Amino acid sequence: MTHSAPLIQTPDGTIEAISYTLGKHMVSIEEANGEVAVHIHRDALGECMFKLRDHCAYQQLMEIAGVDWPDREPRFEIVYCLLSLTKNHRIRVHLTTNEDQPVPSVTSIWPVAGWLEREVFDMYGVLFSGNADLRRILTDYGFSGHPQRKDFPLSGYVELRYSEEEKRVKYEPAQLAQDFRNFDFLSPWEGADYVLPGDEKTGEGAGNDAPPPATPKTSDTAAQTGAGKATNTEAVKRSVHKPKSTGDKA
Amino acid sequence: MTMQQDLAPTTGDEVIQNYTINFGPQHPAAHGVLRLVMELDGEIVERLDPHIGLLHRGTEKLIEYKTYLQALPYFDRLDYASPMAMEYSYVLAIEKLLDLEVPLRAQYLRVLFAELTRIKNHTLNIAHHIIDVGAMTPPLWLYEIREDIMGFYERASGARMHAAWFRPGGVHQDVPLKLLTDIADWLDDRMPSLFEDAMSLVVDNRIFKQRNVDIAIVSKEDAIKWGFSGPMIRGAGIPWDIRKSQPYDVYDRMEFDIPVGTRGDCYDRFMVRVEEVRQSICIMKQCLQNMPEGPVCTDDRKVAPPKRAEMKQSMEALIHHFKLYTEGFKVPAGSVYVATESPKGEFGVYLVADGSNKPYRCKIRPTAFSHLQAMDFMTRGHMLADTTAILGALDIVFGECDR
Repeated sequence: MTHSAPLIQTPDGTIEAISYTLGKHMVSIEEANGEVAVHIHRDALGECMFKLRDHCAYQQLMEIAGVDWPDREPRFEIVYCLLSLTKNHRIRVHLTTNEDQPVPSVTSIWPVAGWLEREVFDMYGVLFSGNADLRRILTDYGFSGHPQRKDFPLSGYVELRYSEEEKRVKYEPAQLAQDFRNFDFLSPWEGADYVLPGDEKTGEGAGNDAPPPATPKTSDTAAQTGAGKATNTEAVKRSVHKPKSTGDKA
Repeated sequence: MTMQQDLAPTTGDEVIQNYTINFGPQHPAAHGVLRLVMELDGEIVERLDPHIGLLHRGTEKLIEYKTYLQALPYFDRLDYASPMAMEYSYVLAIEKLLDLEVPLRAQYLRVLFAELTRIKNHTLNIAHHIIDVGAMTPPLWLYEIREDIMGFYERASGARMHAAWFRPGGVHQDVPLKLLTDIADWLDDRMPSLFEDAMSLVVDNRIFKQRNVDIAIVSKEDAIKWGFSGPMIRGAGIPWDIRKSQPYDVYDRMEFDIPVGTRGDCYDRFMVRVEEVRQSICIMKQCLQNMPEGPVCTDDRKVAPPKRAEMKQSMEALIHHFKLYTEGFKVPAGSVYVATESPKGEFGVYLVADGSNKPYRCKIRPTAFSHLQAMDFMTRGHMLADTTAILGALDIVFGECDR
């Protein structure tokens, strides 16, 4: 370890203790980058959190983060960051869900979860069963859509302006004066997964269907390269540079 | 009035309806754009519903479309009262994923400026807390300190507020020696005299105490279950400070004390911040004493750009510079949650990297979210005029809360 990020030392036996406490509710547990991450079954969240708080001494819930993985099924990952004040340790609890499957709320264990769950609901549309106040929190009143989803465009769908004629603020479909530009600076020879302009024929397309030539071309003699006595004598001739006439008599 | 008295059977049975009032979002005591919907029984607050998000700019979404380095300046714009403390968590998260070593001088410089930022934040918050409860003179003196600090910011980074000076691998540029000596002189003379003068007017002031003592008492249990951190949890009497318990950079070499409150009221939270300013001065002096010479950024050219002079001579340096400012650097796939002790509390970044040059997900843990959420139970049963004192002691900045 050479970095100087906050030093968190996992006490010996933590992983075993958590695995033992959570038992069959746990899917997997891993330690990567010096942080312990526990993956659990969604339905057992409430029970797991109770045990983690009361048996494993993770007293504080610091954060609930959502992550959208559109290629996965189910697509949303919800991450709970817990902190133990007495053991001076942090763990993360991960679970997965989709748009329809509600996640049990942990507001009865930590009241702070109320707003954190509201934010995940606002940003991803994940439902939390048992949260009595699941309103939007960060977006505008009457906003539609869930902006942190990967398929929600960065520019959004509506824009707001004050209409001088109607004397009120109104929403209109977003119109960009310039197309949204998302530059991709990844170099194509280091794993970009698209075909460069002009390279269409070299890839999987028509060009590759042609069978390879039976005998590969080689140049065994100098003559095959186009070189010869006549060419060589021409090549060794010195080019004569005439000084440019500037028209200046002096 | 006479009508009402005639209609009422006896004076004790008068029916008074609760009424709801709207506080903010355009109110000087709202500390930005906070809207509070308050249900009042006479002048007693029965229920309080904070509406936030009026400053939501989609920072987390924007970060997903930027390279790691391009995303850095967004952090200055979160908590604009303590910009460098916001950058801190982010650069540490990147360094943790890269497992990148930072030169010692850079670590000292970052701690020095993080503590300078803490003073900057606390002077602003203390000043606004004081002005919210009615005193006028101390804020003027505290703003003098803040102005000096912005001058130091400018001399280090070129910007008075949005510094973008902490970089993955160190800091952007070295500071001139004159700046360090000026900071040392300032810490010896001007800063303590301004600060102690201002504090002498309020800490024992009768009116100030009447407005703050025993207002919004938070017990240790409440502080824990509401996810408090920073001066809020210390005000409640729990000696918890990430700088001590999970030290980053050279905080483990610093000697400082953690002030804690005894009652958990607004006055305690205020006094914790006052003492933290003094401790920050102490930490900064230790930084200035022990700071070694040396590089201020890592020499890993895949992460940090080469010196300008080097680029004039070396083709490789030129290529590195070009690659870093077009493609950026790639961060190995993985996820980390890195939290630092920002002036307001635990400021965390949950960073998910997918191995490309852009963050896949960057969740920012604002301090204000848990503190503001607790305002409902803290304010219940208090008078309407106390809400400004409570809000002042929470230390909320909406750039960070709404993101």
